[in-house]
Amino acid sequence: MTAAASPIPTAPAAVAPVLEGRDLTKYFSVKTSRGILARRVKLHAVEGVSVSLTPGAVTAVVGESGSGKTTVARLLAKIITPDSGEVLLDGEPVPRGRPRAFARQVQMVFQDPFASLNPVHRVRYHLARPIRIHHISQDVDAAVDDVLRRVSLDPPSQYVDKFPHELSGGQRQRVAIARALAVQARVLLADEPISMLDVSIRLGVLNLLADLRDRERLAILYVTHDIASARYLADTIVVMYAGQVVERAPSVRLTDEPAHPYTQLLLSAAPDPDRSEPPSLAGSGAPPSLLDPPSGCRFHPRCPHVMEICRQQEPPSVDVSPRHTAACWLHVEPAQRRVSAVSAASGAEPGTPTAPGSSPTSPSQED
Amino acid sequence: MSPVAGRPAGSPSAADVVLEIRGLSVDYGLGVDAVHAVVECDLTLRRGQVMGLAGESGSGKSTLSMAALRLLRHPALITKGEVLFHSKPSNRSDGGRTLDLLRASDGQLRAVRWNEISVVLQSALNALNPVITIGAQFDDLLKVHRRDLSAAERRSRAVELLELVGMTGDRLRSFPHELSGGMRQRAMIGMALALDPQLMILDEPTTALDVVTQREILEELMELRDRLGFAALFITHDLSLLVELADEIAVMYAGRLIERAPANSIFRAPRLPYTYGLLHCFPPMHGERRPMEGIPGSPPDLRDLPPGCAFHPRCPWAMERCRREVPVLTAIAGTGREVACWLHSGGATVPQELDLPDPPPPQAGSPEPPTGRHRRAER
Amino acid sequence: MAIGVSDGTGAAALPGPEAPARGGRFRAMRLPHSPKVLIGLGILAVFVVVAIIGPSIAPYAPNYSPGLVKVMIHGQFRELPAAGWARWTSTPGCPAQYACPLLFYPVGPSGSHWLGTAFFGGFQDVWSQLLYSTQATMLVGFLAGAIATALSVLVGVTAGYLGGGPDEGLSLLSNVFLAIPGLPLLIVLAIYIPAVDTSPVVVALIVAVTGWAWGARVLRAQTLSLRNRDFVEAARVSGEGRLRIILFEVLPNLLPIVASSFLFVTLYSIGAYIALAFLSLAGADIWNWGLMLYYANAAGAVESGFWWWWVPPGICIALVGTGLALVNFGIDEFINPRLRMGGLSRKVARRLGIPARPRLGFTTVLPRRKGSASAPKEAG
Repeated sequence: MTAAASPIPTAPAAVAPVLEGRDLTKYFSVKTSRGILARRVKLHAVEGVSVSLTPGAVTAVVGESGSGKTTVARLLAKIITPDSGEVLLDGEPVPRGRPRAFARQVQMVFQDPFASLNPVHRVRYHLARPIRIHHISQDVDAAVDDVLRRVSLDPPSQYVDKFPHELSGGQRQRVAIARALAVQARVLLADEPISMLDVSIRLGVLNLLADLRDRERLAILYVTHDIASARYLADTIVVMYAGQVVERAPSVRLTDEPAHPYTQLLLSAAPDPDRSEPPSLAGSGAPPSLLDPPSGCRFHPRCPHVMEICRQQEPPSVDVSPRHTAACWLHVEPAQRRVSAVSAASGAEPGTPTAPGSSPTSPSQED
Repeated sequence: MSPVAGRPAGSPSAADVVLEIRGLSVDYGLGVDAVHAVVECDLTLRRGQVMGLAGESGSGKSTLSMAALRLLRHPALITKGEVLFHSKPSNRSDGGRTLDLLRASDGQLRAVRWNEISVVLQSALNALNPVITIGAQFDDLLKVHRRDLSAAERRSRAVELLELVGMTGDRLRSFPHELSGGMRQRAMIGMALALDPQLMILDEPTTALDVVTQREILEELMELRDRLGFAALFITHDLSLLVELADEIAVMYAGRLIERAPANSIFRAPRLPYTYGLLHCFPPMHGERRPMEGIPGSPPDLRDLPPGCAFHPRCPWAMERCRREVPVLTAIAGTGREVACWLHSGGATVPQELDLPDPPPPQAGSPEPPTGRHRRAER
Repeated sequence: MAIGVSDGTGAAALPGPEAPARGGRFRAMRLPHSPKVLIGLGILAVFVVVAIIGPSIAPYAPNYSPGLVKVMIHGQFRELPAAGWARWTSTPGCPAQYACPLLFYPVGPSGSHWLGTAFFGGFQDVWSQLLYSTQATMLVGFLAGAIATALSVLVGVTAGYLGGGPDEGLSLLSNVFLAIPGLPLLIVLAIYIPAVDTSPVVVALIVAVTGWAWGARVLRAQTLSLRNRDFVEAARVSGEGRLRIILFEVLPNLLPIVASSFLFVTLYSIGAYIALAFLSLAGADIWNWGLMLYYANAAGAVESGFWWWWVPPGICIALVGTGLALVNFGIDEFINPRLRMGGLSRKVARRLGIPARPRLGFTTVLPRRKGSASAPKEAG
C-alpha cells in the first residue's frame, strides 16, 4: 500500500480488457398475478449494457435495488444467459454455458458472508474443492495455506479447520475471496461484498480488494449501492438505472462533476456528514416499474430537468469529457436533439398519428 | 449542542424527560454460560428529541431498545435496571405518571405499548401481516386501542395517517407485497403514529431501502416529528446518517454505552478512540482519495470478551489500565458529554486527535434548525 | 433460516438477539439431554433389543401347543392340555359323575405364562408370541422406513434441484402416490403379490411404496429453497458438477429433515404392516403384532374377556409410536434451537422467582433482590 499521504493511483487506460460484456440484455418472465388467468410479462432487468474489465483495475457498478446491477454481474459470470449481447473473454466470445476454463478465470464473491459458505463444511473443504476441480496444484494443503495468507488470514492453521459459523463476517468474506483466488482467477466479480459486514471491518475488505488489484493485477467488478465506497475503491464507476447504464466516468470525476441527473440525485441523497447544509433532493418519486418502464428516458418521471424529447426517445450515450459518458439529452447539442426528434416523429412509428407538439417547426416545445 | 442552550425558542423545556433507562442489563441464558448482551446502560430521552443509538453487531443496541419494552424473546432475561416512562401531563392536573415498564403489570404494559411508545422495525415485510390489507391492519389497530371510534371514523383516521406519511388513501386496499419497500416502511410509520405516541423507537428503519427513498422517508419523519412532537430513538449502524439526523448520539460497544454527546460534537470532536475510528470508516465523497485503515480486528464475540475495556485489543492508544479495568461512563465537565475511556477519566494525556475543541452550539432562537437536520423544504 | 446450523450467530453476528450456541460440526451434537428425547430413545432401545434377542429368549415357539395328557378326573381318564396352559370346567348343568364334555378356557397372566395363553387350534403362550412378533414388526417397520426414505430422498431432492421437466414429472409421480389412498393400495398389492405371505422384505417393499410420497414433497420443498442459496451458487461458480453439488452441498444440509422424515415414515410403516396383518393379508407364517390382533379379533377375544390377547400388542404399538414421536421432537429442537429451553429448569426458575415457561411478548425480568432501592411504580 502506498504511504498515507499520497493519493490512490488511477489505473492507466490503454490495456486490453480481459472480460467484456457487450450490449447485454436480459428479460425475466414473471406472472402479473396468481392463478390460471395470470399473464406472463417481461421484466426488463438489463437492457443494452456494456461493461469491460481490464487487469489491474476496479470497475464499480452503482445503482439502487432493481437497477439490474446484480443481474449484470451474474451475466458476466455466465451464471445466467443473456437474451441478447455477448460475453467475451480476452476478446473471444465464450461458448454457451459455463465451461470449466471460463470458471477458472472468472470467479464471483457474493453479498451475504453467512450464506455463501456451506455451513457443514470446514474452510479447508471450501478452498480445497476448487483447487482439486481445476487441478491447480498437487499439494492441495500447501495451496490452501498459501491462498489464506494472501487474504491476510494468517497463520492459516488457525483458520483451515474452522466451520463458517466460527468465523466473523469479515473473515468469511475473506474466505470467499480466497476461494476465488484459489483457482488463480483473473477476474473477480464482487456483488455487494461489504454491505452485510460491520462498518469497522468494511475498509479492511475493500483494502484487500485494492491490494489484489495492485499486487496480482486482478480485474475486479465491484457492484454496490454505496457510492462512497465505490469512489474509494474503484477506478471507474458505471451508474445504472432501471436496467440501463446512465453514466460512466472515472470515480473522482463522477462524484465531483456528475453529468446525469440521476447521479446527481444519488449524490444528494447519500449520507454525508461533512455537509454543512441539509441536502435538497434533486428529484423525487419512486424507482420505476421494470415491467412497464417509462417511455423514452427511463428517468424522465423523476427528473427535474425533463424535456419533451426525454419522454419520447431514449437518449444516446454522449461524451461529456474524456472517458466520461452520460446518457442524457441535456448533454446533446440542441441541434442534434431536434434532428433526432424529427427522425422519431417521421421514421420510427409509421402508424401513429404525429402528436401536435412534435413537429420540427415548433421550437417552443423545448423547455 | 448542550441540552439547555441552543434549542429553538418554543421547544419543550430541557427537564422534560420522556424515557429514562437506568442501569439496564440483559442476559441471554443463565448462569456461567449467560451472554451479557447489555450491561448497565443508562439512557435519557427528552420530549421532541431525536436520540441516535449507534453500534455494530454485538453492541446491544437493538437488544437495549427492545428490552425497554420487554419485547425480547426467550432466552433473553432482564437482570437489572429500570425503565421509567414519564407520561405527558397533558390535561391532567396531577402532572402525569411515571411507570417502571419492567415492573409494570401486563395491563399497564399493554396500555403503554403503541399508545405511548411505538416501534418501527427494519423490515416492514416481516412486521406487516402479509395476508390482510393495510387498511385492515390499521383498522385492527384502531379497534383495539380506540374503542370509541366508529368504523367510519376509523377509516378516516387511517386515510389521514396514510396521507400524513405521503401515501394516498386508496393504498388501504393493498396488500403489503403489492407495495414497494419504501411504501411499506411508510405504512409502518403511519401505523406507529396512529395513536399519537410520545416516543417512537426506530430500529434500522431504512437500512433495507435504497439511498434516495431513505432520504425521503427520513425527511418526512423529521417533519412529522416537528409537527407532532414525539421523541425518537433511532438505532442504526450508520453513524454518518446519525450525524445528519440526530440531536444526540449514544454509541454502544459490546453491550455497554461508551459515549454520549450532541451529534455535531461527536462528529467534529470525537473523544473516544472507537468513535474516532468509526468516523474514519466512511470514505469521503469529496476531496483527494487516500487509503483509509478502518479499525483493525473485528467486533468481539460476546461469549469471549477481552478483560478490561472490550475495545482495547483494537485501540491504538490502549494503556495498561485498559487491559485490566472496565472503564466507567463519566461526564466530561462542562460539556454535557459522557465517555467511558481511561484516557479521559484516568488522568492520562489525551491524544491530540481526541482532544479537538467542541464546536460551538448554534445560537438560541436562530431561524436555522440545529446542524444536520432536515430543513422544512418547500416541496 | 438454514436447517440446523447457521442462524447467523457467528463470532460477530449481525444484529438480532439470537441465542448463541457453541461450535461443533452440527451445533449441539452432544448427547441430547432433554428428558423427552431420552425417554423416547430408551423406549426404542428396549424394543430394538427385544427385536434382536426376542426369539432366543422366548420360552416356547409361538405356534407351539402342548399335546394332551391324560388326567384322572372323578374316576375317569380325561384328556386335558398340559398343566397351566388352560382352565377347564365341566359343561354347565352336568352332574359330576357323568363324563360330560369339558370346556377349556385360556388362562390369563400367571406365573408360568406371563401373558397368559391364547387359543387357536391349540393353546399357545402369548409372551412367546409377543417376543417373536416384535422382531418381525420392528424389522419390517424400519426396513420399510429406510426404503421409503431412500425413495423420497431420491425423488424429492432430484426434483427440487433439477427443476423444469424432471421436476414436473417427479412431482406428478409423488402427487399420484399421495392421492392414492394408502390402505386400499396396500391391500391390492398384498393380494396380488404372493411373496407377501412368506417374505418380510417384500412386505417392507410394498409398505414403502405407499409411504414415500409425503417425504418426497417435503424434501423437494427444502431442496428448492436450498438450491438458491449462495453457497450452492458459489459451488456452481467454482465449477462443481451437479451430482457432487447434490450429494455434498445440498444433502448434508438436509440431514436433520431426512432423519425426521425417516422416523415419521417408520411409524407409518409399522402401522401399515400391522393393518395389513390385521386384515390377514400378510400371511400367517410370520408372527407380528398385527397377526396377534387378527387372531384375537377372529376368536372374539374382546367379547370373551380375554384381554391379554390384544392388550399387549396394543400397548407395544403405542409405546413404539410414542418413542418415535419423542425422538422426533428432539430432532425438531435440534433444527430449531429456539425450542430448547436454554438452561431454565423449573427448579431454577422457581428459585429465581420467574415463570418457568417464557411468555411471548413479556420478556422475563429478574425480580429485584431485597434491600435494593426500588423506584416508584406509579408516582402521583
